[in-house]
Amino acid sequence: MRRYLLPGVLLTLLIGVWQLAASTGALKDALNLESFLVPSPLEVAESLWDNRGLLAENAWVTLREMLFGILAAIVVGVGFAVLMHRWRVMRDAAYPLIVASQTIPIVVISPILVTWFGYGITPKVVIIALVCFFPLTINALDGLRAVEPEAVKMMRSLDASRWQLFRRVEAPTALPHVFTGAKIAVVIAPIGAVFAEWAGSSAGLGHLIQSDTANFEVARQFATVAVLSAMALALMALTVLAERRVVRWR
Amino acid sequence: MRQDTSMKPESGQSQTAVTSPAALPSIEGGVSLSSLRHSFGELQTLAGIDLEVPAGSVVGFVGPSGCGKSTLLELICGLREQTGGTVAVAGREDAAGRLAHCAFMPQRDLLLPWYSALDNAALALRNQGLRREAARAAAGDLFERFGLGGFEAARPSELSGGMRQRVAFLRTLVAGKPVLALDEPFAALDAITRGQMQEWLAAALRTDPRTVVLVTHDVEEALYLCDRVAVLSARPARIVGELGVPARRAEDRDAAVTDPAFVATREEALRALHEGSR
Repeated sequence: MRRYLLPGVLLTLLIGVWQLAASTGALKDALNLESFLVPSPLEVAESLWDNRGLLAENAWVTLREMLFGILAAIVVGVGFAVLMHRWRVMRDAAYPLIVASQTIPIVVISPILVTWFGYGITPKVVIIALVCFFPLTINALDGLRAVEPEAVKMMRSLDASRWQLFRRVEAPTALPHVFTGAKIAVVIAPIGAVFAEWAGSSAGLGHLIQSDTANFEVARQFATVAVLSAMALALMALTVLAERRVVRWR
Repeated sequence: MRQDTSMKPESGQSQTAVTSPAALPSIEGGVSLSSLRHSFGELQTLAGIDLEVPAGSVVGFVGPSGCGKSTLLELICGLREQTGGTVAVAGREDAAGRLAHCAFMPQRDLLLPWYSALDNAALALRNQGLRREAARAAAGDLFERFGLGGFEAARPSELSGGMRQRVAFLRTLVAGKPVLALDEPFAALDAITRGQMQEWLAAALRTDPRTVVLVTHDVEEALYLCDRVAVLSARPARIVGELGVPARRAEDRDAAVTDPAFVATREEALRALHEGSR
């Protein structure tokens, strides 16, 4: 209970301070801004309610991008990890490149991908998959390599084929690591989604934030951020639940 | 103790022999080492080992830590290619042939936490292509016989150290190989449990004889469990003493190890070990 109670108390406290600072006008005076640019949490909540249809519509667009992107990253990332684990030469060749590829800012490639794939869902899925690919691949590979050499010897002397070794020992050993990668992927997926939508889109939460910037709809921007973050947290909770169901031996 | 009563071979053994390779009296395979050498790069670990392990006998290697005992087992099992000399298991000198005739039991139990105790024991049968139900049934027979009845569904984490080791041994036995290679099987256990496990293993080998190569640093364990014990020197290992054994898996371990003949042989082994590790 304490696990949920304490962060809840802290969050309430922070929102309370914000509410006080905004409603008394202290915040807008300090920033020297008009009051509609410095909404209070209550005003954000009001905007959340008033725009529920619009937010839900755009949230669905972003959620779909994220789900497809994460799924693509899981398939490609885990597949790549298995290939690199199976063939040493693959790992030696690709691993440094995969690490190096992480130095390329996603903001920079997003517009290029939009140029290539257009304004539809494709460039978003690709960008989110690119962001999520790294933690998944690295964790899956670490997991496959966490198998004890003694266990491999034991399996070989118990007549295991390469596939049986993978299925009965390597894959279950790697599974918790894959979930660790998936949990990281799920929380960074919204970042990829927002950058992807900023590079060119006609809908989605990132798109909404961008257009609201131009119209000084600050309250709705906060509301949008809250929805985006809630979505990521829900995906995280689902991942944790799935992990508990699948990795029962821990 | 419960395993003493459950250790008696069942009358229906011929019936289980049809379904379980483990129940076959498969002791046709001997092990033969001749001037066996091994090096890891510059580092020489084995300096010419000659030994015959007749089919159905239990031979132990004792030696100081790090002398290459585990490497020796890996070479016998065909898990590693030697750099010199020959190893033959059941007449096969190639690594694949050796691997086909040896079952290796590593130092730690290495039970797979995602399988039940029974599924762990049945691992080799599943690898050999048996359906899950058939593999479980075959391994389940041994559970009863070797005092593990009632723990089939337990997760490895729910078992005591001694029981985990028993499941690990059954996993090795169930593979149905003529040669068992045991790498310090009870090193991780406390002294009392280790003594019990040695008695248990002795009984298991009485009901289900195999050719066994046992590696240990425990002289008493080797002398109690084995027919013959080879004492290895420090690295690079060679045989510095070979001892016949007075006890031979006696039913009462405590009586056996305090027997004057046993004590004298132990002294002799320790002296050889001491001189060899200088």
